[in-house]
Amino acid sequence: MSMKSWKNLASAAAVALTASFGAAQAAEPIKIGAFLSATGPASFLGDPEKKVLEKYVAEYNKAGGIMGRKIDLILYDDAGAADKASSFVKRLIENDKVDVIVGGSTTGTTMAAVPLVEAAGMPFISLAGAVVIIEPVKKWVFKTPHTDRMAAEKIFSDMKKKGITKYAMISENAGFGKSGHDETLKVQGNYGMTLVADETYAPKDPDVTAQLTKIKNTPGVQAVINWGFGQSPAVVTKNYKQLGISAPLYQSHGVASKDYIKLAGDAAEGVRLPAAGLVVASQLPDSDMQKAVVVKFQKEYQADFKAEASTFAGHAFDGLQMALAAMQRAGGTDKAKVRDEIEKTSGYIGTGGTVHMSATDHMGLNLSAFHMVEIKKGDFALSN
Amino acid sequence: MKGVSRWAGLGALAVFLAVLPQALPNNYYVDIAVLAGFNAIICVGLNLLIGYAGQISLGHAGFFGLGAYCSAVLVTHHGWPPVLALLAGAILVGLIAFAIARPILKLKGHYLAMATLGIGIIISIVINTEAGITGGPDGIAAGPFTLGGFTLQGERDWYWVVAGLLLLTIWLATNLVDSPVGRALRALHGSEVGAEVVGVDTTRYKVMVFVVSAVIASVAGSLFAHYVPQLTPTKADFFKSIELVTMVVFGGMASTFGALVGAAFLTTLPQFLTVFEDYEPIILGGIMMGTMIFMPRGLVPTIAAFIQRRRS
Repeated sequence: MSMKSWKNLASAAAVALTASFGAAQAAEPIKIGAFLSATGPASFLGDPEKKVLEKYVAEYNKAGGIMGRKIDLILYDDAGAADKASSFVKRLIENDKVDVIVGGSTTGTTMAAVPLVEAAGMPFISLAGAVVIIEPVKKWVFKTPHTDRMAAEKIFSDMKKKGITKYAMISENAGFGKSGHDETLKVQGNYGMTLVADETYAPKDPDVTAQLTKIKNTPGVQAVINWGFGQSPAVVTKNYKQLGISAPLYQSHGVASKDYIKLAGDAAEGVRLPAAGLVVASQLPDSDMQKAVVVKFQKEYQADFKAEASTFAGHAFDGLQMALAAMQRAGGTDKAKVRDEIEKTSGYIGTGGTVHMSATDHMGLNLSAFHMVEIKKGDFALSN
Repeated sequence: MKGVSRWAGLGALAVFLAVLPQALPNNYYVDIAVLAGFNAIICVGLNLLIGYAGQISLGHAGFFGLGAYCSAVLVTHHGWPPVLALLAGAILVGLIAFAIARPILKLKGHYLAMATLGIGIIISIVINTEAGITGGPDGIAAGPFTLGGFTLQGERDWYWVVAGLLLLTIWLATNLVDSPVGRALRALHGSEVGAEVVGVDTTRYKVMVFVVSAVIASVAGSLFAHYVPQLTPTKADFFKSIELVTMVVFGGMASTFGALVGAAFLTTLPQFLTVFEDYEPIILGGIMMGTMIFMPRGLVPTIAAFIQRRRS
């Protein structure tokens, strides 16, 4: 490039810089940071979450932003790796100087972020499932999805109705799967349940026939619970069918996505799981307060992405709504005030249920928002 | 002459490392610099093996991970002081490397690559499956590095430690390369038979350099375990090994500073490419391919040769 064109380029850059600086001074945008597993093994969580955040931030901006300020979404893809997540969270806090973080698709990536946001005093709403995220309560950490413990409780109360007392468990040996396994053991006593077989597998295992055969050959198994998300529950479901195990199979809310049914195919028929109202939006009774919210969200999502919204898309929606509402109540982006306001969230009706947070409960959901769902003819059917 | 340029290079690097933090606007950049430093330390060690001795290792992340997990497990489960845990890790890795070096380094070419690959994968599997000890895929938190009441905290403190260790490693490596051992290694790289004919105990030197590079990786791993909030097995897996070899080849084999540049470049580049989002892997791949096609000897040797040609 000649000297002259370099000069032109430099002056053009200078003009662009001053222009953007001028705009920034007019109204400092609100910065929302996000780190999601949009690619990699947990992409069926992160991908819809990413779509939802981008869609709704764009819509807010079209309507003029909030409090007269535009919203700037800074989003990184951690590909499901905890070390990448930790590096991106550092970047969001130190370099991008965001006002709030909404993200963490998996329990692993969320837990990598927790020490960093706690040290920096950054309000953080996680989109991951395990109860360890909010127990013990961490000052700056909140979450939108139901916990694994609640899923275990819901499954047990369903089993109790069916007169089941002896169950087997097969779970992933990491993150959500491991946490779900441990929480199940903690609450089984409350429902008079006895664990008779306990098997684990690695998230990427292509086949779990060996573990399931052991369960099949264990006498007295009346039902089986599987803890995992992504590919693995589909593998378990398929192998389960292939081995012809007749006991009912329970999955967790980690599979509440059409992708699971697609992956598992016919084998998913009859599988039961606890899930938020979103996946059965149109089947909810009209008296349900949540119905209007989930039907509207489902419609908007389908219009844009030509696919049914999974509950994971809903988690991101709830996280964004709660963060923005807290900022509006706080009248700005002061981190301590925003944190206090998120904690005061009460009566927010989201896709996950009605949220009542408190100083001791940084999720604010109860079992009433959880529905028992059965997979029938390739779709979720309400089965309370 | 050679000695002078070595000291000049080391001095220039020391000055660069000393002023670098001033140019870094915030702790995020310091964090990247620290991560680049860790990679550079391993790569300088690995380069001794690949670049000078001409032996490949596709399992170096295994040694790195072994050192890291030794520290993390001894400190968290057994309450060892971090320094002792670091030394124990280094000794253990040294012994393991020594024990496997003799049979493994008898292999050549692809077979050697496969054997080192196998060892790396075995270490990675053990770390992943022994969840009771290592925390499994969720990882383990080693806690901060403490030494006699002093606690190492924050990216900036860590920066000085890693920078110091990097200088030390480079000093050791360049010393080794310029010594009779280095000459023997290069002879070995050129022609193993030729080296044997002139009386070089090739096996001994190969084993030695293998152990040295494994121990360097282990020490870096031990410190790394304390630096990150949560140590996960991905740091010990096959892809990390490939990444390390790529850094060495990219920067320039048989060039200590090449290994350094390769590590720094490939650690920071993905961070800057995040603005391209979905195109990031394509651009990264493009840069890699371009360098390998147009600069087959690696970045630093090619540029050095270019400058030399210009001068003469």
